[in-house]
Amino acid sequence: MSAIAALGRLRAAATGAAQPAATVRHRHLSARPLVLVPYVLAGEAFAPLAVLVGTDRDRPHLLAVPQPRDRDRRFAHAAELGRLLLPYLGAFAAETETIERRGDDPYERSLDAPQVLVPTAGGVEYLRLLGRSTRFRRTDGEFAVAEEVPLLGRWSTWLADRAGVPGSSVLLAMTDLLTQAWVTGQSALEDGDLAALLAWIDPPAGQRGDRAARAVEGGPTAGPATDPAFDERLVPLIAAFDEAVAAERAEAAGAEARTDLGPRGRDAEQAIRDALAAELMPTWDRVWRGVELLGALPAGGSVAGRWEADRASYSFFAADLADPESRPQPRVPGAVSAAAQLATRERAQARLDAEQVRDDPLLMAAVRLAGEAFRGGLIAVDAERMVAEPGKKTARPRPMLTFATDDEPLFGPGTDLACVERPDAKARVLEAEPGRVVLELRGGMGGGKAPKPGSVPEVGEVLCWTSLIAEFRRGPDWPAVEDTPWTHGGPPPEPEPEVASDPDDDALEEWS
Amino acid sequence: MRTTGTTGAIAGRLEQLRGTLPTRNHNARTVAALAANPGCARRGVLDAAGIEKTVLADRLGFPARYGGRSPFAIGRGNVFEARVKADGGTELRRLLAETLGANPDAGALVDVEHESAGRPSREERVARTRDALARAARGEPDACAILDHPLLPLDVAGRRAYLEPDAMACRVAGRLYVVEIKSFAIIDGSADPGKLASATRQAAVYVHALRRLAAELGLDPDVVATDIVLVCAQDFSNRPVAVVLDVRRELATTRRRLERLSGVEELLGELPDTLTFDVDGDLAGEAVARVPAAYVPDCLSACELALFCRDEARGCGPGGGSVGTLGTSVRGALGGIEDIGDALALADGTRAARPGEEDVARLLRRAQALRTEVLGAEMPGSQAPGIALPRPVGPPAASRAELSGGVG
Ligand code: SF4
Repeated sequence: MSAIAALGRLRAAATGAAQPAATVRHRHLSARPLVLVPYVLAGEAFAPLAVLVGTDRDRPHLLAVPQPRDRDRRFAHAAELGRLLLPYLGAFAAETETIERRGDDPYERSLDAPQVLVPTAGGVEYLRLLGRSTRFRRTDGEFAVAEEVPLLGRWSTWLADRAGVPGSSVLLAMTDLLTQAWVTGQSALEDGDLAALLAWIDPPAGQRGDRAARAVEGGPTAGPATDPAFDERLVPLIAAFDEAVAAERAEAAGAEARTDLGPRGRDAEQAIRDALAAELMPTWDRVWRGVELLGALPAGGSVAGRWEADRASYSFFAADLADPESRPQPRVPGAVSAAAQLATRERAQARLDAEQVRDDPLLMAAVRLAGEAFRGGLIAVDAERMVAEPGKKTARPRPMLTFATDDEPLFGPGTDLACVERPDAKARVLEAEPGRVVLELRGGMGGGKAPKPGSVPEVGEVLCWTSLIAEFRRGPDWPAVEDTPWTHGGPPPEPEPEVASDPDDDALEEWS
Repeated sequence: MRTTGTTGAIAGRLEQLRGTLPTRNHNARTVAALAANPGCARRGVLDAAGIEKTVLADRLGFPARYGGRSPFAIGRGNVFEARVKADGGTELRRLLAETLGANPDAGALVDVEHESAGRPSREERVARTRDALARAARGEPDACAILDHPLLPLDVAGRRAYLEPDAMACRVAGRLYVVEIKSFAIIDGSADPGKLASATRQAAVYVHALRRLAAELGLDPDVVATDIVLVCAQDFSNRPVAVVLDVRRELATTRRRLERLSGVEELLGELPDTLTFDVDGDLAGEAVARVPAAYVPDCLSACELALFCRDEARGCGPGGGSVGTLGTSVRGALGGIEDIGDALALADGTRAARPGEEDVARLLRRAQALRTEVLGAEMPGSQAPGIALPRPVGPPAASRAELSGGVG
């Protein structure tokens, strides 16, 4: 950790108030995000218990499964969730713009894309497991599920996969968003608790953040894992529901078997819903409060560019879904698509690191402290300087720039630098000594015999130069495009004996 | 090297420290947890005295939050284990054949707990376990193939603990294997790393106890394999699937930690002769505070005393407490400065660097200058300049539209 970031934590701990970790917001924030707060049953691989979901803070939808071990109820829940989510997820595909590509066909990119916000990183894992457990379901045959179920599975998988791409904003955890923007006086481990984290950043009026955080610790958890103490309360409620259902079935025996709930069953279900709502609502409110706080921060300059990549990925995925030939994403990506996925993520990470630093003077300060950048005032310019490079006959404009700086860059002569304020400029270090750095301007001046007007900085300008140059070049604008295959199923999966089981096998299991 | 027991004088001191506080009944999970935060003298003394730290935490006014298990998880775990062992262990035999090449048909499954009518005592179960172990190790033809509910004795800090592995596979090329049955899922070949690590640590405790038992019987401890068989649920089903894990590393950690428990002499030497933790209220806090702690955030998930120690670590020193409360990465950036107020004073230039601190002082001052350049002066107690935090808007949650169910 850089001393800049460490100082933020120290200051927060000493003052009891969160401190800025960034000067801008580094992720896209949708004007119409969808918030999803999930709970699952403890001890099961994936048994959804409840979700609060919606795009309107004042109108959360509560979906609850009164008996999460009942397969039919689980898939009815997935179908219901699908009916809520699918219209939102699909709504952005219609309005598009045409994007021209050099050496390739133009493509249609949506003007906006969905954004799903979950409380913590566990919510991202929830969507991955939701996708894995539903996208292979069949809508016909013995264990048929509603058509929304496998479709929701494919969307969830896309969201979760995309969340693994650094800088993507289609699926984000509120704890991650908040810790990017603010630093608290507690440990990163404790920041994983949304309630405590938000209390540090936004304490009730008149209270210190540290005390507010201590006061909310140990309250309802933000999920998807429930609190064991809450589970203790849930056990009798679920047992009462089971009893009610059994009693109503017994009464109806002889008459036509009843599948819907009678009044007793409905009451028992309502008791479970009430308990879950009370437990989940504080988290719902906190996620929306987080949205408000983050909305008050200006977006970083590169955020829109990275969101374009999300929009492109979204358009390709939506188009693929509409194709009757397309198949669900494989369980485990094949070797080729795994490599492509890794390469995409590495590229996206490098691009993200460079762009965030460029957008945010506080992050750049850490780079300056590490000696990989300096900021200084231009005190002398030799704009007429011409140099013939070794092996070249003609001399080219190579203006010499002398900066005064308090920074202590560690780069030696010959290091190539890029400039934050003048993105086109390229320079090379001639001399770097305490207090003074001399650069030779080498690019961004046009191809003429003399630099094009305005391309040479003038005395008095304050500029920031960094050696993080490789990553500074513009990354691929639409990383998702070349990687279309893995994001939507790709080539047929390689034979995978270890997962050769029938995807519907678990339908045969007794869940008890 | 002493590995069990403590000498009389030390035992007496430990007893005095404990007083009437209840002793901890160890199981594999708590023995595995002994390995957490080995640098902490406080924990070392409390564990050596065998004190039930949950009770002590209550007395200190900081009830432990960690350690509870959901009734759903317990229920599911029991059902899964029963299923794996059902019908004379049919499933388990299949899995052992797949993973270890054991003959699935040879030998019986012997349930140590339910072998005879009535519930056997602990010592009876230990005796049966010992007997089965000896026969299997000697390769007797009618030795059982699978030992169910074995009970292993283990001396922890001079007191006998009883450990219950889920099962043991007894006839695999002359070796014995610990079998650990966990209901968490292996999905598409990978499992939750945290759960996997904790299962591995627990299994290592069983391997350790079993190897000691073998040694007591005059057998080569190596008859007990340092590989274990972990049985989990496959994907989203109840179908069991097994993997073999090498637990040598965890075994070494467990062994080291248990040995160190009996080596508390040095720690005790630093404490007043009359010290006891068996006192109430503030006095309990003062007594515990006599033993130096080494709080780190990881304590929150590893030690019952964490909330007490965190409060203590935050409260000490001139401003904000100990750097360790902020995590190891922050501490790493501060080059050995342990106190938050102290580090900030260096950064603000309000105190001079002591010998040896010059480099870190320079770094902190430069870092602070850069922060100030970017953010403006940071005012103690105020929010960050330039970042306005709007107050919440809208009516409070309670008065909002009631929750709609289903598709609205
Ligand atoms: S919580 Fe306290 S006693 Fe326990 S290990 Fe941490 S510092 Fe030591």
